[in-house]
Amino acid sequence: MRLFFAFMIVLSTAVIVHGAKREIHRPFENDASLKPQGAIDRVVFSKLRQLGIQPANVCSDSVFLRRVYLDVIGTLPTLEETKQFLLSQSPHKRRELVDQLLQRDEFAIYWAMKWCDLLRVKAEFPVNLWPNAVQAYHRWVRTSFKDNMRYNTFVRELLCDSGSNFRVPQVNFYRSVQGRKPEAIARAVALTFMGVRAEKWPKERLEGMTPFFAYVGYKKTAEWKEEIVFFDFKKMVAEIDKDGPRSAIFPDGTKVALTPDKDPREVFADWLISPKNPWFTRSIANRVWFWLMGRGVIHEPDDIRPDNPPTSARLMTILEKEVMSSRYDLRELFRRILNSKTYQLSSIWKGDFEKGQKYFAFYRARQIDAEVLVDAICQITGTTEEYSSAIPEPFTFVPPHRRTVALADGSITSPFLELFGRPPRDTGLQMERNNRPSWSQRLFFLNSSHLRQKIERGPKMQQLMRASRDPREVVTRLYLTILSRMPTQEELAVANKYSKSSEVDSRTAVIDLAWALFNSVEFLYRH
Amino acid sequence: MSKKCDGKVRNEQSEVTGARGEFCEIPISRRSLLQSGLGAATGFWLAGQPGREAVASTTPAKAKAVIQIWMWGGPPHNDTFDPKPKAGNDYCGPLTKTTGTNVTGVEIGELLPLMAKQADKYSIIRSMTHGNNGHETASYMVQTGHRPGGKLVYPSVGAVVAKLKAIDAGYKGLLPPYIVLTRPQGRFSESGFLGSRYKPFATGGDPRRPRFAVEGVVAEGISDKRQQNRRDLLSSLNTLAHNLEGNPQAEAFKKCEAQAYELILGDAGKVFDLSQEKDELRDRYGRTTFGQSCLVARRLVERGVRYITINYGGWDTHKKHFQAMRRKLPEMDKGMATLIEDLSDRGMLDSTIVWWGGEFGRTPKVLWEAPWNGGRSHFGRAFSSVVAGGGFKGGEVVGATNATATEVAERPVYPWDLLGTVYQLLGIDPDGTIRHPQGMDVPLLPTKDDGIDVGGRLKELV
Repeated sequence: MRLFFAFMIVLSTAVIVHGAKREIHRPFENDASLKPQGAIDRVVFSKLRQLGIQPANVCSDSVFLRRVYLDVIGTLPTLEETKQFLLSQSPHKRRELVDQLLQRDEFAIYWAMKWCDLLRVKAEFPVNLWPNAVQAYHRWVRTSFKDNMRYNTFVRELLCDSGSNFRVPQVNFYRSVQGRKPEAIARAVALTFMGVRAEKWPKERLEGMTPFFAYVGYKKTAEWKEEIVFFDFKKMVAEIDKDGPRSAIFPDGTKVALTPDKDPREVFADWLISPKNPWFTRSIANRVWFWLMGRGVIHEPDDIRPDNPPTSARLMTILEKEVMSSRYDLRELFRRILNSKTYQLSSIWKGDFEKGQKYFAFYRARQIDAEVLVDAICQITGTTEEYSSAIPEPFTFVPPHRRTVALADGSITSPFLELFGRPPRDTGLQMERNNRPSWSQRLFFLNSSHLRQKIERGPKMQQLMRASRDPREVVTRLYLTILSRMPTQEELAVANKYSKSSEVDSRTAVIDLAWALFNSVEFLYRH
Repeated sequence: MSKKCDGKVRNEQSEVTGARGEFCEIPISRRSLLQSGLGAATGFWLAGQPGREAVASTTPAKAKAVIQIWMWGGPPHNDTFDPKPKAGNDYCGPLTKTTGTNVTGVEIGELLPLMAKQADKYSIIRSMTHGNNGHETASYMVQTGHRPGGKLVYPSVGAVVAKLKAIDAGYKGLLPPYIVLTRPQGRFSESGFLGSRYKPFATGGDPRRPRFAVEGVVAEGISDKRQQNRRDLLSSLNTLAHNLEGNPQAEAFKKCEAQAYELILGDAGKVFDLSQEKDELRDRYGRTTFGQSCLVARRLVERGVRYITINYGGWDTHKKHFQAMRRKLPEMDKGMATLIEDLSDRGMLDSTIVWWGGEFGRTPKVLWEAPWNGGRSHFGRAFSSVVAGGGFKGGEVVGATNATATEVAERPVYPWDLLGTVYQLLGIDPDGTIRHPQGMDVPLLPTKDDGIDVGGRLKELV
């Protein structure tokens, strides 16, 4: 360990502050070449050239490490993991890291959380899934990601399955639609899987789609809050007997007859997940891009419509092709994006910010998701959070070591999560998650007793403070643990000066230093 | 509602879940702008904030602020403002007496002697009804004025006021316009479709303690000098922030930080320092969390805060109901009566609405059987609310229940009728609309055409 610190400090002092031609912002960037790595890079960089926008430099290894951990598994790297990656001499170490992360359990846990936002998974209000169904549904989503279920299969199962909400958890898709009327279901399907806000459609289009969901039946059982979701065949036959043949219109304008020999939901799903469908592939390609890059090629990612075109049509097409050629294997899509130079650009932009942002000339720095942020604080300090569910009585208490990203139920919350913009899971809109900074968030970090206790009393913080008598090493460990990088010479000097000032004792100095790192934009943002 | 969800035993722990607000749009003083080096170019309000449209439709206002005493869990109407002393032991339990008030003919529960002396300043609505017995749904209806269902989740009245009367209306206060004392409500998202910007700021802490440690504002044991040192340290170590200068997100972050320091180190945070009040007055409010919260609420109104919710829990008394009432009602009586009197003495009552009530009442017929052994359950069919100030008349009683308080007998008042009147007094057109962040204008309140029962606004009280 000691050797490592000695080595790293030497390494960090040896870097050149200014590259030969480009200005390199250490410690966030390096001077690696911007040679395109694949189709995505070729399209993005040629667009940038064409518009005269200069791309950012490539991000440094430590920035990449932290970024890819947060983006892919919603988890901060540990000190050991950081050390290992930074010391690795492999020329392919970024690629290898991506492969490792995509296989980790945390990948499924984190992406289950993101999907449960869109699927509105919560026990209570405004949709009442109730706790048992929430657990079953969340587990199903998580397992689908763990087993790498193809995205088209995932969607088909959500739309077409029938059975008990406990035993066939996919059917909860229909139970989590507010009002449960066929029109409301159609609206939710359009939003979730087509990336479309049906209220912006001409009225006839939604009306044409509604009959596909007019025969979803629900019935209760003797079990508390168990519900069977099924194809109400009898209702359909009765309607045909009374009013004649039934039909529906796909959103692309094609009319189709509905007959009782096939569940209309299946008729719709087969149309939806076809590679020829103009919304389906586009929507998922754009969503994944949005999640990783912080901005959709079509933005917002769930507002696809003719008058909101992609900023780059070619990029959109390439991403759709990547989805199709990987056969709706989302991990493969992740891999292709994460290994691109575009994804690995620094967040320090050059030239015009707005233009650069629109055409992906840099990585978009943005505040970390609430759940990920609180988990990161707990991981660093060795503390836990308390969560409980008020329903059903008696209360259910979540085991203290369960991570926040693993919470199944959107109704289980905390002041921290509400404050940092966790979505209420009311509507399934992406914009429900709010990563904008706020005044009261700053109050929490600067001055709350909650964070203060974690910093001052957290067992891992105690360990860090006691780890070495050498103040430089303590500072270095703090940097590696909180910011996943080495301190610069200037930062070491500032820390040294602060601890030598007559006003603070050495323990207070370390606490204040940790406090400052937690409050830095570098910690609070993915960048 | 199933049997497991209904009729359940709740205690004050149910308040552990919930929301803390976000608020970043308060203007900050010029001094702090200069201190933080942001300079005069920065506007008082967050630049480029979405959804900042003209106020829908406003009318002349009588009220400037609202103090909502939220009786979370559902207070018993029988034992408070709608006593039925003749209904017998099955309905009254041991609380068989009433108290005469300073308004002839108006009687209230025997455990509210101080409120009895203020009855000329408030009015009682005895015919509130909505018929729902689930905490979460009833809370939503009472505080948003909407039934659940449909495709929208509506904001609570506090969030609407924060938007139309503060954030979108050039609010100049140094404090967030919508504050909840002390814990957030949970169970439903107060800001609904408006989004988390319109959530209340929850103070945390306990105003009963020697120092009201408002979470984030007051840190015990950290001197102003150390705060300043830390701030300087952060500024010199914020390496990435320096590299991101000009990034709108990073700039917004910086501005929020300057606002936060205004509360930590500036004068605005002094509003929470109750040692500035006379001991005698603090005693009159009662040295309880609720009593001192009422006092803080008055101080917040004086500083221009528009909407304060005192989240007063512990009313979900399925068991040991009467023991709880003997403990809690005197505490409530003290705090609420002193609040109304104090506001009146200071000439603030005319412009401040005080609104008392919970999500429903409690079953008038006492549940003597096990496991309740003398409890009251949820009751949405008939319950009471109390309103004072801000243009509401005092000394009136609206509506009535039957002899056992189990049915509304006269003049039903639905949550949307009451909220419509509150909006009207605040100068917000209750028949107007509010802008959804996605651009459409949504009616503020439902009407008969939405298929709901309507009792009509409280013309008799304004």
